Amino acid sequence: MSSNPQKNSLWADSWKQLRKNHAAIAGLVILTILITASIIAPWLTPYSFEEQNLALGASSPSLDHWLGTDTLGRDLFTRLLYGGRTSFMVAFCATMVALLIGVPYGAISGYAGGKVDSIMMRIVDILYTMPFTILVIILMVVFGRNILLMFGAIGAISWLVMARIIRGQVLALRQQAFVESAIAIGASRPRIIFKHIIPNVLGIIIVYTTLTIPHVMLMETFLSFLGLGIQPPMSSWGLLIKDGASVMETYPWLLISPAIAFSLTLFSMNFLGDGLRDALDPRFSKGRS
Amino acid sequence: MIKFILRRLLELIPVLLISITIVFFMVRLAPGGPFTAEKSFTAEAIERLNEHYGLDKPIMVQYGTYLLNLLKGDLGPSFQYPSRSVNDIIKETFPVSLELGVLAMLFALFIGLMAGITASLKPNTLQDHVPMGLAMTGICMPSFVLGPLLILVFGLGLGWFNASGWEIPSDRVLPVITLGAAYAAYISRLTRGSMLEVLPSDYIRTARAKGLSETNVIFKHTLKNALLPVVSYLGPATAGILTGSFVVETIFNIPGMGRMFVLAAFNRDYTLILGLVVFFSLLVVVFNAVVDILLGMLNPKLRMDS
Amino acid sequence: MNRVLLFSILLLVFGCSKRETPVEVGNREKVLHLGNLSEPKGLDPHVVTSVSAYNIISALLEGLVAEDPNDPSLKAVPGVAESWTVSEDLTVYTFRLRTGATWSNGDSVTANDFVFSYRRMLSPTMGSPYAYMLHLLKNGRAYNMGTLDDFERVGVKVLDSKTLELTLEMPTASFLSQLTHWSWFPVHPPTILKHGKIDEMGTPWTRAENFVGNGPFTLKSWRQNQSIVVQKSPLYWDAETVRLNEIHFHPIGDHMIEERSFRAGQLHVTGTVPLDRVRHYKEKKPDVLRLDPYLRSYYYLLNVNKPPLDDLRVRKALAMAIDRDAITQFVTRSGEESAYSFTPPRMGSYEPPKRFSTNIEGARNLLAEAGFPEGQGFQKLTLLFHTSDLHTRIAEVIQQMWKDNLGIHIELENVEWKVYQDRRKNRQYDIARAEWVADYVDPSTFLDVWMTGGGNNHAGWSSREYDKLLQKAARISDASKREMLFHQAETILIDDQPIIPLLFLPSKSLIQPSVKGWNPSILDHHPYKYIRLEE
Repeated sequence: MSSNPQKNSLWADSWKQLRKNHAAIAGLVILTILITASIIAPWLTPYSFEEQNLALGASSPSLDHWLGTDTLGRDLFTRLLYGGRTSFMVAFCATMVALLIGVPYGAISGYAGGKVDSIMMRIVDILYTMPFTILVIILMVVFGRNILLMFGAIGAISWLVMARIIRGQVLALRQQAFVESAIAIGASRPRIIFKHIIPNVLGIIIVYTTLTIPHVMLMETFLSFLGLGIQPPMSSWGLLIKDGASVMETYPWLLISPAIAFSLTLFSMNFLGDGLRDALDPRFSKGRS
Repeated sequence: MIKFILRRLLELIPVLLISITIVFFMVRLAPGGPFTAEKSFTAEAIERLNEHYGLDKPIMVQYGTYLLNLLKGDLGPSFQYPSRSVNDIIKETFPVSLELGVLAMLFALFIGLMAGITASLKPNTLQDHVPMGLAMTGICMPSFVLGPLLILVFGLGLGWFNASGWEIPSDRVLPVITLGAAYAAYISRLTRGSMLEVLPSDYIRTARAKGLSETNVIFKHTLKNALLPVVSYLGPATAGILTGSFVVETIFNIPGMGRMFVLAAFNRDYTLILGLVVFFSLLVVVFNAVVDILLGMLNPKLRMDS
Repeated sequence: MNRVLLFSILLLVFGCSKRETPVEVGNREKVLHLGNLSEPKGLDPHVVTSVSAYNIISALLEGLVAEDPNDPSLKAVPGVAESWTVSEDLTVYTFRLRTGATWSNGDSVTANDFVFSYRRMLSPTMGSPYAYMLHLLKNGRAYNMGTLDDFERVGVKVLDSKTLELTLEMPTASFLSQLTHWSWFPVHPPTILKHGKIDEMGTPWTRAENFVGNGPFTLKSWRQNQSIVVQKSPLYWDAETVRLNEIHFHPIGDHMIEERSFRAGQLHVTGTVPLDRVRHYKEKKPDVLRLDPYLRSYYYLLNVNKPPLDDLRVRKALAMAIDRDAITQFVTRSGEESAYSFTPPRMGSYEPPKRFSTNIEGARNLLAEAGFPEGQGFQKLTLLFHTSDLHTRIAEVIQQMWKDNLGIHIELENVEWKVYQDRRKNRQYDIARAEWVADYVDPSTFLDVWMTGGGNNHAGWSSREYDKLLQKAARISDASKREMLFHQAETILIDDQPIIPLLFLPSKSLIQPSVKGWNPSILDHHPYKYIRLEE
């Protein structure tokens, strides 16, 4: 990094910019706390996520159980921490898959245009119409139960919309002056795509990514229903919310705290995303310099 | 334009053919056949059922027969609902999902665009934070939470609506809001994001400098360009929303296509899955074509190019 | 802002007065709204196997005998047959059909219609899943298996147009109670033949516009996944008993949604009650909650061919280490009973054997004897079930009990419904959840499951002696002797422990106070012709 002072200063610049954005920093702090908490869960709670207390059953929040207990008398705080592990992993891995496939795919398709674009987009169409349920069931049978497979399955369908959106943007960008001038000075195609075009769609990538994360976190619950996701007694935020929703009148606390944890995460990611976008936006940087 | 549409229609053929082929063979890989049941059918009975539906023939023959029938517009019988054909089922369920989807999409577009534009005009002020906060809540709130909540408040609490069903006009209200909310939230975020990208552009500054009214600047110049990602998103989203949502249709017990699709997969109703995939592919291809036309209209340069 | 305003106005318009609920309208117009759990796969009595289909078929068709609505075990009372006689040796039944019995198109119900129906049911090419019910008839099995071509030789004979003679393969004590099962219901021959061949499945004859039945109601409309409506049949022989004008069957699979619809006044009776709501109703609204005994046995299957489950001591240890009372008291809490036998109680006078009890110390010792002291060296086994609240919760609790009491770790594996069925059928499991619901009121409906080679014997368990005892019981008419044989057979079954009995589940429902005549029945059947609605 240090060998490239110009780049270095750009990053430093962005970081400086980001630090000024209080909402983004708050988001970063909260996210860090939540992620750390779920990683060091065993040290934060005296209970195990599967230990039951049938006689206690569902109890409302108390000093012993800060967030109450679920219908089998398991400590909800503990389950929330452990569930966070699953959900963060899903969010991270599946989003990565979506980004790594979706962005280049969309960019290439949009940039190439013509026949290549047509073919690439029709492939997306075909994949988009596949019956997901059946696909998941078959994956599970062929490869067995595997948490990595779940990330792959979720990522594999999340990239489709991402690719379409990026392609639409790139299609428009390709006509703009700065891209045309890059072509004129003989820049290579990959260079144009990755140096000129992708940075300019960064904003929309970040926005769409923050939209994808809640989606994949919830999709995990469906996969768990089909048996591909995690197995009981392990849990995830999506599953906790789903279970909570089914008893929301009888035991409201079982819905409220997972829902808050989930929302808090998404809000934080969002503010952070917006902050990052502003900080990294080349136009804003240009304006500053 | 006509040439473009024709070309897209031609492209439909390979897309459909590939989809059908993949799905045709894929569904048969899943464990459990259409006649696996809790109280076991006897082996003989299953054999006869297979015979009845032609499932005993070599798979390539089945495939060929399916394609031939498809050319005639016949999607075959449903294995799960013996007295109905797949065509019947689509005819019955699609109008329901279509109605729900169109209403929800209109709701989502209206709320989403308004919120997105409002927020983008004064970024990082209250005018931005309030609609965006609401949008985030909409995204955070999965429909399996929002739906029951709405039912509890407006159905059971206030007694204004039925808790489920699709019989009377007022049965539409809660499902439309539930289904539309998530899309509205997406649309508002995308709109705000791209409005913010476009607003600082030179030509907007020029437009403003020319003394055009603010409304004019926003709706004619900015929005037109800012809509690109929204429109790209709308293509698959519309096809998706029109073919129904499993979750919302289940929560409100609506006899739509989204539920049918998932049930067909659960039931291993091969012909019904295939039929729905064919129908869904058609919609996706059509809507994506519409989106591409729209993208061209929003950005005339693109159209000339392609 | 305008939008918010507009929206509020819209809401006000809809909400200006509390709407009249379907239940209120129904009480006035005598329209019963029922929660029916799932969309039936069809309405052909010779094809369907599900309870949700039975519920509708029982309104549309009537067999030779019907069920007594005032007897919880639903003993047979005259249906289409107004009377019958039985030969000395209990093999020949002669039914006298009512002169007034008519099909909904005006045709008279004749003995020939029953012969046609049973022939259809037994046609080898029909492939009816419940055809085995008719194997009771003389040569019924042979004809069904295709080894006999001549239907004349099957024990069904027309004496005259209103007299039907059924000859059984052997004396069968439970025959009349089996005869109430829908597989013995008649179908209207001209309608069947109009839409296909006699042995053709899946013809459109069951559609609303085509259906011809002989029951108290006729099919008015069938909107998939929405509702099935039946209306009172004016031609039914006992139409004056029928008080309802219409019944709407609503297929609502999700229990929470069904409960909410009930509360919103859209259903008179629900198909079930969500797990966590029973306590609420017990405390707050006991008058609408109904928990009735039901013949439903919930158990775990053990794969007896797979070590260490091939060791009887291990199987016994697993069974003894489960505290069933804790499950019924703290987890299910809706009137479930702990099960130590496969057959539920209240099956006539039959007393199922109780061969073991919860005994953690004993279980530990057995496991140690089998070579796994404190669970050491016990290989990883998985417990297979399909995704549902109840199954997951029970599995989690039992996993914990085995861990605490025996020191063994069993992995849970929830899968999708068809995957579960497929794996269970092909015996690709270590331990699997299962349940059995009675088809008719007799211990044989449970115990026949475990006959060698039975279609639902998913444990792969087989005992010659067991088979012999059941075959013997089938031929005996003396009730107490039969029960002794059943008792002996079940003792063999439980002693060998290919299954772990867990719970007997009740039938649960919510019912509006306006519904009258909805009597408890152990099959959860409620003959609709006797149901009344009061305003």
